[in-house]
Amino acid sequence: MRYLPHTAEDVKEMLAAVGVKSIDGLFECVPPEARRERPLDLPAPLTEWELRDKIEGLAQGGDWQVFTGAGSYAHRIPALVPYLASRSEFLTSYTPYQPEMSQGTLQAIFEFQTLISRLTGLAVTNASMYDGATAFTEAALMAQRCSKKRALAVSELAHPHWRQVLETYLAAIGDVELLVLPADAQGRTDYGPLAKLDKPAALLVQSPNFLGVIEDLPAAAEAIHKLGGLLVVGFAEAFALGLTKSPGSQGADIVVGDGQSLGLGQGFGGPSVGLMSSKQEFVRQIPGRLVGKTEDAQGRRGFVLTLSTREQHIRRSKAVSNICSNAGHCALTAAMFMASTGGTGFRKLAQVNLDLSEYLKKGLLGLGFKPLGDAPTFNEFALTAPKGFDQKREDLLGKKILAGLPLGAWYPKYEGVYLFGATETKTRADIDAFLAEVSE
Amino acid sequence: MKELNELILPTNVKYHADHEWVSAAAPFKLGISDYAQDALGALTYVELPEVGAKLTLGEEFGTLESTKSVSPLISPVNGTVKAINESLSDNPDLVNSDPYGEGWIIEIEMEASELAPLLDAAAYKALLENQA
Amino acid sequence: MSAEVKVPGQTGLILNEDLLWERGRQGRSAMSLPESGVPKASLPAEVAGDGPDWPDLSEQQVARHYTRLSTWNFGVDTGPYPLGSCTMKYNPKINDALADLPGFVGAHPLLPAEAVQGELSLIHDLEAYLAEIVGLKATTLQPGAGAHGELCGMLMIAAYHRHNKTRRTKVLVPETAHGTNPATASMCGFSEIQVPLGSKGYLEYATVEKLMTDEVAGLMVTNPNTLGLFETELHKINQMIHDRGGLVYGDGANLNAVMGWADLGRLGIDAVHINVHKTLSTPHGGGGPGAGPVAVSQALVPYLPGPRVVKEGDSYRWEVDLPLSIGRLHGFHGQFRTLVRAFAYILTMGADLKRASELAVLNANYVKEKLKDLYDLPFNQSCMHEFVFTNAKQEPHKVSTLDIAKRLIDLGFHPPTIYFPLVVHSAIMIEPTETESKEDLDAFIAAMRQVAEEAKNDPDILHRAPLNTFRQRLDDVAAARRPILTGDMG
Repeated sequence: MRYLPHTAEDVKEMLAAVGVKSIDGLFECVPPEARRERPLDLPAPLTEWELRDKIEGLAQGGDWQVFTGAGSYAHRIPALVPYLASRSEFLTSYTPYQPEMSQGTLQAIFEFQTLISRLTGLAVTNASMYDGATAFTEAALMAQRCSKKRALAVSELAHPHWRQVLETYLAAIGDVELLVLPADAQGRTDYGPLAKLDKPAALLVQSPNFLGVIEDLPAAAEAIHKLGGLLVVGFAEAFALGLTKSPGSQGADIVVGDGQSLGLGQGFGGPSVGLMSSKQEFVRQIPGRLVGKTEDAQGRRGFVLTLSTREQHIRRSKAVSNICSNAGHCALTAAMFMASTGGTGFRKLAQVNLDLSEYLKKGLLGLGFKPLGDAPTFNEFALTAPKGFDQKREDLLGKKILAGLPLGAWYPKYEGVYLFGATETKTRADIDAFLAEVSE
Repeated sequence: MKELNELILPTNVKYHADHEWVSAAAPFKLGISDYAQDALGALTYVELPEVGAKLTLGEEFGTLESTKSVSPLISPVNGTVKAINESLSDNPDLVNSDPYGEGWIIEIEMEASELAPLLDAAAYKALLENQA
Repeated sequence: MSAEVKVPGQTGLILNEDLLWERGRQGRSAMSLPESGVPKASLPAEVAGDGPDWPDLSEQQVARHYTRLSTWNFGVDTGPYPLGSCTMKYNPKINDALADLPGFVGAHPLLPAEAVQGELSLIHDLEAYLAEIVGLKATTLQPGAGAHGELCGMLMIAAYHRHNKTRRTKVLVPETAHGTNPATASMCGFSEIQVPLGSKGYLEYATVEKLMTDEVAGLMVTNPNTLGLFETELHKINQMIHDRGGLVYGDGANLNAVMGWADLGRLGIDAVHINVHKTLSTPHGGGGPGAGPVAVSQALVPYLPGPRVVKEGDSYRWEVDLPLSIGRLHGFHGQFRTLVRAFAYILTMGADLKRASELAVLNANYVKEKLKDLYDLPFNQSCMHEFVFTNAKQEPHKVSTLDIAKRLIDLGFHPPTIYFPLVVHSAIMIEPTETESKEDLDAFIAAMRQVAEEAKNDPDILHRAPLNTFRQRLDDVAAARRPILTGDMG
């Protein structure tokens, strides 16, 4: 077995040094009642080449033409990014507990925190969460701690899966009032019902929301701040922030997002990276790891994990979260991607995304699809389909084309409405061909 | 760590076995002893109560943080928080450098009788010797 | 120790590198930027913004920046990494290559089930293999890391008690536990009762028995525990907890010690998370992503997160009708590409996983025996895959556990876990893992012996260590007092 270096001779010498006769002797401490009664029933070991053949056969989802987003977006990744990210000094290291031998990771994550703060418009960014859904949920819990209040309001246009994760976490805590704010006719959140909540801790919205609509964040901020709660803004498509005002500049107190668009690939849903920023005043309530700048014994710039007293390994049951390992390598990869696009390139790519998705939208409108309203969208949008599209969509699956996602499964009121989208990975020719397929 | 005979133990304050001190006469300030600041090491953050908060003997009213630990501040008396040392938010190191002066933590509104169960410097030193 | 054993540390060729934004000049780019080829669209002025002001760099600048940064890091591929409770074993390269297959990288998670039968079969089979490895009934792959798996397990235990209408508000947590255990219990609304350790380093039945009341939802236990000892009374303890209506959560952080040996089902564990970056060889990536699959006993199967993959005949589909499920824990289906690596590892190892555990235990015992004359061993007995020393023999020379750790860096090793578990004063927790060869273990032993020697004769070199690194000791007090968490890009 190539991962196990021990020769029979090694084992013999080592057992002698330990003073036991056999390997079994090392396991005498395992009582009979705790032992397996039969050997492991697993497939026979494969060679590297057999393994490659087997698993290559399972990688089936990558060659589809997908015309939707819904929290997972196809974007180009320069060869540079996975190449650099795969350097073993980054990939095979642990959390940087020993800063003198992990300055590479630490500086890179400090840079990541800085770049994400510039994206979200808030002063503090942590070293990452698992994904957007868990970051969104942790932001709700963080807002409860910051405001010392309990009740929460969430937009029904936040990603349905993100809301489900939030509900999973809240179920165990119990007695947290969770008000779901409805959509208006434009596909934006209606903040009116918020006033029903007595002392809300936070309002959670997503922008662009699940329908791709850019929310009116200043209105959201006004509505929740008036009631003494915090505004939490989530985003699933980071490229939207290349062309829109940052959530922080529009009154958000905490901004969370999924960084999958930043060079991570779709990966059948993971791993991605959860992004989380907050105002400076809330820094002691932010969950997760934080990298801070300091100096070494010779006065040279260096970086360390800091403010660890918030965390589980020190504060135990009073920690702000139980999070430990995060998505550090995905954060590093995202930083490499952001360094590759630069601000100028990111904005340009975002514009290409917008142009192509608007081109797709116009094309579909020309085929009899109807918009929900005229609120601005980014990369994806919801349209009511003309009669017969259902069957057409089924037929296109046979050609490995995913022609939008039906929203009825998540929103009964959007029965017959589909979520479409396109990114810079599609060309005009791709979209024209797709429109031709749909119109046939 | 300081040796016992290196510890500064002023006689104008009263001590609690949890290593806090309270001024022996009004105004009643509270801080931690030289022994406590030395044992905790370099402090990085002091979580202070709000002015007006009730203090109950034996209950937590704040925390002291070093890079690797969080220690509760346990009230040695009953009373009310009259003032907090705002300068600790930017300079928690004052608790280390001047634990009985600039490093005071809160000022307390309380009855002088609350001091009765507390220890004088000699008794506190004896307690530390016993612990050692 | 024979004279020819050499420790690997020496000063290397290390280059300085600025922060990203100290290098940028507006107008550069390290990425091809396509033209859209369609009419330009625009957003209304009230939402339109300028986008982030990130620095612009050329492709070579980005390449050089991260290459230089990487040389300031140390990974398992660089050298031994005996970080206790972290199981830093070798990360096989084929697993990375397979996780990076375009068919996985480009797979949208909401493709119809017919389009992703391969991916669904992988999820289905991996769940079955993991259940087999630990000896339980079913597995979920959703949790994003070990601590998230703990949360999943405790949410299921809470849901079980709610469903059975028993009000239980407390959880027993041994004092040797990882900090994640009490933190997780608290996130689930439970308060923690700390269980003291027995004199031999493991939990004693009589102690737990006294604490197990009808207010207690169950026990969270790490086995082998964080002292590297198998909990020899655990089967009796778990039986008693079950008899009194509780359930048992197993922290699987130390599973690498007992694959093929322990049967967690027989032992009475109801839920256990598996840290794939520890036991199943996926790279830790300097902080994650991990994945924290959770395997459960029959009692908890109905509460598993959903949706779940089910197999019908030869095909796979998503089951969403799970009335007792705790719900969803991840934005999609879990850390899929990380799980691909774990799947590949299991298919490569097969039943040899047992051999991996055996050699992990052998390596730990070997290192312990070769060093216990020079380092204090508070629990002197046969250990599993890790063990705990202290600095008690170095303390008289004013040498701390931190000093020992920092000196090992100069000698070319990642230090062990230090100051954990908390029950041992100034702990040094060593876990070599099975992928370290005898030669590398001998070099580590030589380094540890050299450090013990220096502690007596030249303690100052330990106080100042590390000296050979890109940066020397860093001022973490200053960092915490006045946190600077983002750079000033000007």
